[in-house]
Order: sequence, then C-alpha cells, then structure tokens
Amino acid sequence: MSDRTNDGSQLDRLPATADERVVEGRATRQELLDFWDERYAIAPEIFEHYSFWEKGGGKLWAFRGEAASPLEAEALGMTFLRTRQEHWKPTTNAVQRFGRHAGKNVVELADAEARRFVAGEDQPIDWDGDWGYLIAAHDLAGDVEPLGVGLFIDGELRSQVPKGRRRELIGGE
Amino acid sequence: MDVLERYEPLVDDFRAFRAACERPLPSVVRVNEIKATPERAMDALDDEGVAYEPVEWHPGLLRLDSTSPGRTWGAYHGWLHGQEEVSTLPALVCDPQPDERVWAACAAPGGKATQLAALADDEGTIVANDRSLGRLSALRFNAERLGVTSMAVTNRDARNYSLKPFEFDEFDCALVDAPCSCEGTIRKNPDALDEWSLEYIDSIAATQESILRRAVQATRSGGSVVYSTCTFAPEENEAVLDSVLSAEDCRLVEFSCALETRPGVTEWQGEAFDRSVRKAKRIYPHLNDTGGFFCAKVEVGG
Ligand SMILES: C[S@@+](CC[C@H](N)C(=O)[O-])C[C@H]1O[C@@H](n2cnc3c(N)ncnc32)[C@H](O)[C@@H]1O
Repeated sequence: MSDRTNDGSQLDRLPATADERVVEGRATRQELLDFWDERYAIAPEIFEHYSFWEKGGGKLWAFRGEAASPLEAEALGMTFLRTRQEHWKPTTNAVQRFGRHAGKNVVELADAEARRFVAGEDQPIDWDGDWGYLIAAHDLAGDVEPLGVGLFIDGELRSQVPKGRRRELIGGE
Repeated sequence: MDVLERYEPLVDDFRAFRAACERPLPSVVRVNEIKATPERAMDALDDEGVAYEPVEWHPGLLRLDSTSPGRTWGAYHGWLHGQEEVSTLPALVCDPQPDERVWAACAAPGGKATQLAALADDEGTIVANDRSLGRLSALRFNAERLGVTSMAVTNRDARNYSLKPFEFDEFDCALVDAPCSCEGTIRKNPDALDEWSLEYIDSIAATQESILRRAVQATRSGGSVVYSTCTFAPEENEAVLDSVLSAEDCRLVEFSCALETRPGVTEWQGEAFDRSVRKAKRIYPHLNDTGGFFCAKVEVGG
C-alpha cells in the first residue's frame, strides 16, 4: 500500500514492535502494554486477547474480536488511549473497563469527592504519589470501582470526565 | 382514523389491549453484566435508596421506581442501561456464544447490540451496523459507556451488506431488528401513530424483506437469524417472513420465551401465509404489561 500516513476513515492495527512500524511515530503494541504496566501496574496478560488500532493520528482503540487491517469502519472496540501529547492519556471508558486491574496510581475518593469528580469539578485532594493522569476510584457496593481519569497537578485533581459522561447524581447534598 | 382498530380480529381481549396501550410504560433497566453482576447492581441501588423490583422472568432486568434512573451510580458506571422489557427478547433468542460472529443489521442506538455483546461475555465479534450516522453516534456512546470491546461499528445499507472488510465471510447468527411503523411503542411515544399510513407500511415492508434476505444469505448454514419489530402489522411481520421463506433457503423454528405470547397469524385481510409463521411470537401490551412486539427465529439452510 502506498498509504503511509494516518487516514481518518480507516483503522490500522498497531505494529507489534518498532521493527514492524511503517507509519512514522505510530505507537506499537509493545509500547502500549509497557505504558499500562509501568504507569498503572496493569499486567500485559490482561490485554492478551486484544488487538490495538489507530484511526486518525494519536487515537488508539482496543478491540477484542476478529477484523482485518486496514478496516473501513466507524469504530472498533473502544477508544482507549490518546498518544498525541507527551503524556499518554487513557480514556474514561478504558479506565472504567480495565482500571480494576490496576495496582498503582489509583486514588480512592470519598463519597462527596467522587460526586464532585463525576460532575466534572476540579478539587484539592490528599495524594502523595505521582502527578499526572491518575485513575480515580471510589467504594461502591462492597468493592473499589474506577470512576475515570483525573489529572493530578499542584495538589488538585482535575476531572477529565468528558461532558457527555458527567452526571449530577441523586443523593448528593 | 383509529389505527389500532384494524387489529381487533387478531386480538382476543381487545378491550384490555386498548386499555394497556393507553397506560405509560414502567421504567426498566438491564444490568450490563460486562461491568457488574445483578447482585452488585442491586446493592448499589439499595445504598442509594432507589427502589426497584426485579423482573420475574429475567434476573438482569429491574423495574425502577426512580424518575431519574440516569442519575444513579449504576447509570454512571455503565452497570445499568435503560431498555424496555420486551426489547430484551431478541438478543436472548439469538443466544450468542463467546467466539461467535454476530451481525446486528439495524443496530442503533444499540440496546440490543450491546446486550448481544454482554451475552457473549464480550468475547465474540459483534458487527453493529446502521444506515443512520446520527443514530450510530448514540450507539457508540452507549457501547463505550457499557464497556463493550467486542463490537465493530459500520455505517452501511443492510440490504446489500458486504462482509469484505472482515476476516470471515459469514456470520454465526444475525439479528434483524427492523425499522418499522413502531405501533407497539405507543405506550412510550403517545404520538407514535400520528404519521401512520398504509403507504409507509408497504414501503417499509419491502425494506424489511430485503434486509432479512440479506441476513439469511450472510449467515452460515445451521446458523440462525432473529427477526423482530415493534409493530402489530402483519404486513411487516408474517408477510415479510412468508416472502423470505419462499425466496431463501431457511425455515422458521420454535423458541422458548418466558413471556406470554400469541402465535404468528396465518391469515390477514384475505391473504394466507405459510403455516410455519405460527412459530413466530406476537406480544401484545396487555399480556405482560410491556410494549408491543414481534419476534421470529429463522434457521438457515436445509
Ligand atoms: C428499530 S430500530 C433499531 C433499534 C436497535 N436494534 C436497538 O435495539 O437499539 C431500526 C434501525 O434501522 C435502521 N435502518 C433503516 N433502514 C436501514 C437499512 N436499509 N440498513 C441498515 N439500517 C437501517 C434505522 O436507522 C434504525 O436505527
């Protein structure tokens, strides 16, 4: 194929490693697995049955199923990670789906904090760990449940929940 | 004009049918088992003080008391999805297994397609298609919120659908939840019949037949195709099945259903249909206090 760039209408499977890379700058499967492992301690085995795809520069998808690359489709699995900026950013939906396997950089919020987070608000929190993108979680029905991604910077957790997913939940004050 | 009058010859307790069509529908949510078990989803509702009642015939369905089910933790986390009780039937009839390839031919906004994904433990391949790009964006939003990772979304006309982009050339099963005159949604949309016309029914019936034929062709021999509508009109139900049975290599088969149903009708306004259309099921609103529905299971090949 002559096409060596990112095409906005088709999905391309990520190369396994840098040696197989044809589109310059495209992330590889290995880099992706390393990212989740190093940043959140999510073991690579969790993604064993997934393939990773790119549509438009820097927007990565995770798919569990059968498809040939390249693929003309509107969507394939779930949008998963943005790699355009220096710091890769997981999506809210990816964190809700896979975040319970995370062993680090998970900040547990109290009920009122969790409600503010879901409403899209920024708030000061008590966190001594890394700055950057954290998995925000809370306790719900007997277990810890990931809420989404928060950007921790200068003592403040900035909710990254996209507008369409924000909620004013019942029962808050 | 009173559209529903035309169904008096088909419905045994017509007064109860009319009365049910006037009542609003209860608010029902399906527990999305990709993200939570029914037990955990119920615990979360208990903690929030939202009252619910499990639907007897389906452990993952809850009737909610709340007027704002979208403002619960369960909704935020994608544990719950608002879906009419009776519309959960076709995916259950498909009964997709992990590793199967499933086609949802008319899938948007995705209630049934995401249910198909969950029934296959999010380990099959669900190809969700719809001709309307606007409705597909709602489907994508729903699928992502529900944590579905096994779905490919395409925007094409189902009547001449090509499997070329995929690695396989036939499906194990298909669901045709067809565009229809929507008479059975009258409890949810009181103005559902305002635009009703016989011309529309005739033209949409032709579309339904083409889509169902394509689904039969695209499904492997021994696989099944489920056909459903939310309308009472035999022109869009039994008549469509009748045409497809004579045009394609397939047959209707029995299926079980915990709801009270009536068999498909073999005669309508002087026209007779293949006797096997009795294996299809009609669901009238008064039978189970749901919306109106039609569902048939087709087996492909010999
Ligand atoms: C009854 S609705 C489907 C509801 C959906 N199955 C669900 O559970 O959310 C019918 C759909 O068929 C789509 N449609 C109509 N004609 C079509 C065609 N020729 N090919 C594909 N989709 C079509 C409409 O855009 C509409 O979204």
